[in-house]
Amino acid sequence: MAERFTKGMARNIYYGGGVFVFLLLVGLTFDTMLKMPERDHRVNLTESVARGKGVWEHNNCIGCHSLMGEGAYYAPELANVFDRRGAGSEQSFRAFMSAWMAAQPLQVEGRRKMPQFHLTQEQVDDLSEFLIWTSRIDDNDWPPNIEG
Amino acid sequence: MKFESQKVAQPYFIFALVLFVGQILFGLIMGLQYVDGDFLTSWLPFNVARMVHTNLLLVWLLFGFMGASYYLVPEEADTELYSPWLAKVTFWVFAVAGVATILGYLLVPYARLAELTYNHLLPTMGREFLEQPTITKIGIVLVCLSYVFNIGMTILKGRKTVINMVLITGLIGLAVFFLFSFYNPSNLVLDKYFWWWVVHLWVEGVWELILGAILAFVVIKVTGVDREVVEKWLYMIIALALISGLIGMGHHYFWIGPGTYWLWLGSIFSALEPVPFFMMVMFAFKMVAERRYEHQNKVAIKWALGTAVMGFLGAGVWGFIHTLAPVNYYTHGSQITAAHGHLAFFGAYAMIVMTIISYAMPILRGRPHGNPPSAQRLETFAFWAMCTSMVGITLALTVAGAWQVALQRLPEASEALGFMATQDKIAPVFWVREVLGLIFFVGLMAYLGSFFVGSKELASDSELQLKDAAAA
Ligand code: HEC
Ligand code: HEM
Ligand code: HEM
Ligand SMILES: [Fe+2]
Repeated sequence: MAERFTKGMARNIYYGGGVFVFLLLVGLTFDTMLKMPERDHRVNLTESVARGKGVWEHNNCIGCHSLMGEGAYYAPELANVFDRRGAGSEQSFRAFMSAWMAAQPLQVEGRRKMPQFHLTQEQVDDLSEFLIWTSRIDDNDWPPNIEG
Repeated sequence: MKFESQKVAQPYFIFALVLFVGQILFGLIMGLQYVDGDFLTSWLPFNVARMVHTNLLLVWLLFGFMGASYYLVPEEADTELYSPWLAKVTFWVFAVAGVATILGYLLVPYARLAELTYNHLLPTMGREFLEQPTITKIGIVLVCLSYVFNIGMTILKGRKTVINMVLITGLIGLAVFFLFSFYNPSNLVLDKYFWWWVVHLWVEGVWELILGAILAFVVIKVTGVDREVVEKWLYMIIALALISGLIGMGHHYFWIGPGTYWLWLGSIFSALEPVPFFMMVMFAFKMVAERRYEHQNKVAIKWALGTAVMGFLGAGVWGFIHTLAPVNYYTHGSQITAAHGHLAFFGAYAMIVMTIISYAMPILRGRPHGNPPSAQRLETFAFWAMCTSMVGITLALTVAGAWQVALQRLPEASEALGFMATQDKIAPVFWVREVLGLIFFVGLMAYLGSFFVGSKELASDSELQLKDAAAA
């Protein structure tokens, strides 16, 4: 029994299967890319959003926070922080962000700390735009509730 | 040791273990910061400690893979390494670049590091696991090129065994998929989509080829089982790994933008990913049961079996528990993810590196039959201390994750606890994790200690042999 299943057959499954599935992945990726513009609403991706992503990366926010569930698990999810803290208006979210970024680190003993990043007003506004844009990506309705 | 050039593996192994110690120290610091927000935070913010922890992990695993390749490829190819000189130079380049990058994280604020390294010219920084400055990433590519070239040329001039071919395929894949780390568009969804082509296609793709090849090599060496049999197993394991794992990447595409068919594709294909890990368990135990001789390096056999079992638990079982979309909806980005990440990385990749070190280091140090019994006893203790404490850490984080989901995600919005309030509630479990982390550290120290015991035994052993020879 075991002899009839030869090494050659195993090798063919490896090469054949591996190549086939990889091509399938490439095909699916093309299809996904075609449909993506609608889901990621890139028409709204302004200069400010792009700069905001840069500020996000330059300060390694992902080292404490998750964004769409990916990153670190030390601090709140931020892909939906606009929904949570914005009170439904972009105006008040920007105000919240300015106040929040300026207030760090909060002086509560023993509580996890977010550092002070010394950002300019423009940088904070860009961050807000980036987080607002992110909150509107079609992500199949994740997270389950507003707490993230 | 068959070939003099295999010796270049030694510094790689030693340096890998040094970085491993660093990784755990930073893990323990973070573990404390989890429960005491003021612990060292003005010196070392959590995000910096995390970068150091995860980047040290990746770098020491790469050093381990390199050491493993430089050791096993010449032996398999039955020829000297193409260029031992290049391997030595590459070691120093990688070591210096690695240390400089870690120091960069620790000594300057991250935003300043990004400026100093001209990140704006080709922005690649600030994404999880890919935090390295762009210049370091370019350095990693060059190091990989030199490494793959050296190994490739060795194979070209020697025997092209299945183990060598699988290993080199894995190494080329590692280098190629790393190139996606240079793609960082301002569209977050595209960024995330292709970020996984580095992270997922590494650990659930090409790294499995590397893992399979190293495991197969050690198994042949310590059991003496017929190569044909081992090679058939190896092909089947990696075949199933690729067939399930490539589309299995869909388990990361549920909630970051891609379309709904990924919910099905990701769930179904990734549900099959445990199969190759289970086959590794069957393979390892079957080969050891059918062994042709009793290798004196007992503890190396233990590491090989342990890698298969712990890899299956971490990747297979802990991967499966959160891989189906309806479950992942609730567990995504929770402590469940952290539980799985720890056991999978430790069980599969940290342990395969310790397996090859356990097998090869004694030989490199002139002990062809393994370390003396006292050293093996200490190493066995270390094996159990690290494995059990890591399982404990995983269980603790799993409890933390389930509790987190129950408090924060399952209830309706009005009743759900906020993130920070939830973390406060589950803090006791984070204390348990920290204590288990300390036990892990003790195990690691015992492991390092085992390299320094038993030389006397060995000396008296060889004296005995000399006397025997004289008497005969
Ligand atoms: C060292 C860890 C750390 C880093 C780095 C970090 N944060 Fe935070 N952040 C926290 C913690 C902890 C909290 C929760 C604070 C609290 O509730 O007291 C928080 C809270 C927040 C909140 C409020 C969330 C809410 O739902 O109330 C926002 C917004 C935020 N961070 C944005 C950012 C941005 C933007 C960056 C990058 C520039 C960043 N954070 C970097 C730790 C961090
Ligand atoms: C033994 C003591 C250890 C402690 C206390 C520890 C602690 C931590 C902490 C606190 C995090 C950050 C979690 C977060 O983002 O909130 C983390 C991340 C991580 N650690 Fe460890 N760690 C330890 C050992 C290890 C070992 C041995 C490995 C693997 C070999 C490992 C691999 C990882 C990985 C892969 C991540 C990223 C996880 C993810 O993104 O989901 N750690 N660790
Ligand atoms: C040795 C192999 C593996 C390693 C090293 C590994 C490691 C990891 C790590 C570190 C993460 C966290 C990534 C992040 O920070 O966002 C992760 C996520 C994940 N892994 Fe694995 N993994 C392995 C195999 C598997 C397998 C075989 C499965 C499925 C059966 C699986 C299922 C998942 C899922 C579903 C996630 C996403 C978790 C989330 O939604 O937050 N993994 N893995
Ligand atoms: Fe994955």
